[in-house]
Amino acid sequence: MFFCIFLRFAEKLFPKRGDFLAHKIGKQTIIIDSAVGIRSSAAVGSKKESEGPLGSSFDIINDDSRFGEKTWEKAESKMQELACWKALKKAEAEMAEIDFLFAGDLLNQCIASAFSARGSKVPFIGLYGACSTFAEGVGLASVFADSAAKNCLAVASSHFCSAERQYRFPLEYGGQRPPSAQWTATAAGAALVSRDSGAPFVKAVTFGTVEDLGINDQNNMGAAMAPAAAATLSQFFRDTYTDPDDYDLILTGDLGAVGAQLMRELMLREGFSLGDNYNDCGLMLYDREIQQVESGASGCGCSAAVLSGHVLPQMKKGVLKTVLALSTGALMSPTSVQQGETIPGVAHLVCFSNEKGGIF
Amino acid sequence: MSISPDEYKKLGEKAVPKTKSLRNLTGAFLIGGGICLFGQFLLNFYLDMGLSTPSSSTACSMTLVAVSAVLTGFGVYDKIAKFGGGGTLVPITGFANAVVSPAMEYKSEGFVLGLGVKIFTIAGPVIVYGVLASVVYGIIYWAMGII
Repeated sequence: MFFCIFLRFAEKLFPKRGDFLAHKIGKQTIIIDSAVGIRSSAAVGSKKESEGPLGSSFDIINDDSRFGEKTWEKAESKMQELACWKALKKAEAEMAEIDFLFAGDLLNQCIASAFSARGSKVPFIGLYGACSTFAEGVGLASVFADSAAKNCLAVASSHFCSAERQYRFPLEYGGQRPPSAQWTATAAGAALVSRDSGAPFVKAVTFGTVEDLGINDQNNMGAAMAPAAAATLSQFFRDTYTDPDDYDLILTGDLGAVGAQLMRELMLREGFSLGDNYNDCGLMLYDREIQQVESGASGCGCSAAVLSGHVLPQMKKGVLKTVLALSTGALMSPTSVQQGETIPGVAHLVCFSNEKGGIF
Repeated sequence: MSISPDEYKKLGEKAVPKTKSLRNLTGAFLIGGGICLFGQFLLNFYLDMGLSTPSSSTACSMTLVAVSAVLTGFGVYDKIAKFGGGGTLVPITGFANAVVSPAMEYKSEGFVLGLGVKIFTIAGPVIVYGVLASVVYGIIYWAMGII
C-alpha cells in the first residue's frame, strides 16, 4: 500500500508528456498546455485589399485578381498555394516537414483547397466551416500538433469573384447592395502550427455550436453569425473562468458593422461587457466609406489574412500579448436560401498568448 | 442563447443602417430618366431618317440593348447601375445587362454547358412569366372582343 502511495506521488512529481496533452475543460474548450505555437504565418491579397488600412501587412499582393490564371477558382487555389509557400519560407521549413494540412474555402466541394494541395504530397484534411474555416483549421492543427504531429499547416481562402458567381450574381450584373451587405475578401492566410516553437502560443481552442436565431437575409450575414460568435465566446469565458478584460484583443472574423454591434449586445445579455479591446476583422480589412464595402469584409480569407498578416505578426513583435480570435461562418448554401431556410452560424475560437506557461 | 428569435429580429432591424432612399431615388431618377431621354432621342432620330413609327421603336430598342450589352462587356454598366439602381434595372437596358453578364461570367465553363445553360439565369424568369402574362392578357383581350 505504501508502495502504491509512493507511485502516485512519483507520478505527480514526474509527469509524463501524456499528462499535458490537449484536454477538455468545461463544456467546449480544449486546453493546450505544451508549447504549441505559430511558427510563421503569411497573408496573400489583391488590389482592393492592398488599398485598405492593412494593405502593408500582406506578404504577397497581386494587383491582378486572376493571379495569372484562367478562372477565378484557379486564382483562389493559387492564392492558397502562395500563402502556404510564403509561410513555409518565413519559417525556413519545407513542405516535406509538414505532417498534416488543414485547408478550407467557400467554393462548392472545397475545390480551391483540394486543387492547391495536389502538389504538396502532405496528408490533406479538407474543412468546410464557411468563413469560420481559419480558426477551425488553426484549432485542429494545434490539437494535432500537441499530440499526433509536430508541424501542421492551416490555410483558408476566399475570392470575391468566385464567391459572387457561386452565391450571388455575375460580376458585371448591375445592382445596388443594401447597407448590411458585406464584401467577400480576395485573400488567403496560412499559419504554420508547430510544437516547441516560439510565441505566439495557442493556449486554448473552443469549437462552437451551430446557432440560428432565424435570420434569413443573405445580405445580412453579420446578424446571422453574431449569435454563434456570442455563444462561443461566452462559453469560452465560462469554461476558463476569465472575462473580456483579461485579453489585449478580442477579434471576431467577419461580423461587419451590423454583426459587431449585435455581438456587443448579445454578449451583454450573456453577462459580459466587451470594451475597446473588441474588434472585428471585417471592419479592419477595408476602409468602409472610401472602398464602399457597406457593412465590411467577409469570407474565409478575411479572418485568415487579418490574423496571419496583421495580428499574429504583432504578437510576435510583442505589441499584443493575449488575443482571442474567433472566425465566424454562415452555414447556408444558395439552395438552402432559395428554399427559404434561415441561416445558421458557427464560430470557432483560438486563444493565443505570448506566455509559454499555462494562463488558465 | 438567452434571447428569442423574435427579440433578436427586432434587435437586428435596429442594427441595420437605413437605406439611403433620397440618394438612391435621385440616382434612379437621373439615370433612368437619362436612359429614357436617350431612347426618345433615338426614336426621333430614326423617324427623321425616314423609318416608319413601328420600325423606329424597334430600332430604338435594338440600339438601347446593343449599347447596354457593349457597356456591360466593357465593365461600365455595373458601375452606372451602382449609382442608378432601379433606374438602370427597369428600362430594356437592364434586361440586356441581365443576359450579357451571365454570358460573360459562365463562359469559363464552356460555350454549351456554361454560357448556353446559364445565359438566362437572371432573365429567364422574366421571359417565362412575361410570356405567360402575355398569354393571359391575350385571352382576356380575345374574350373582351367576343363580348
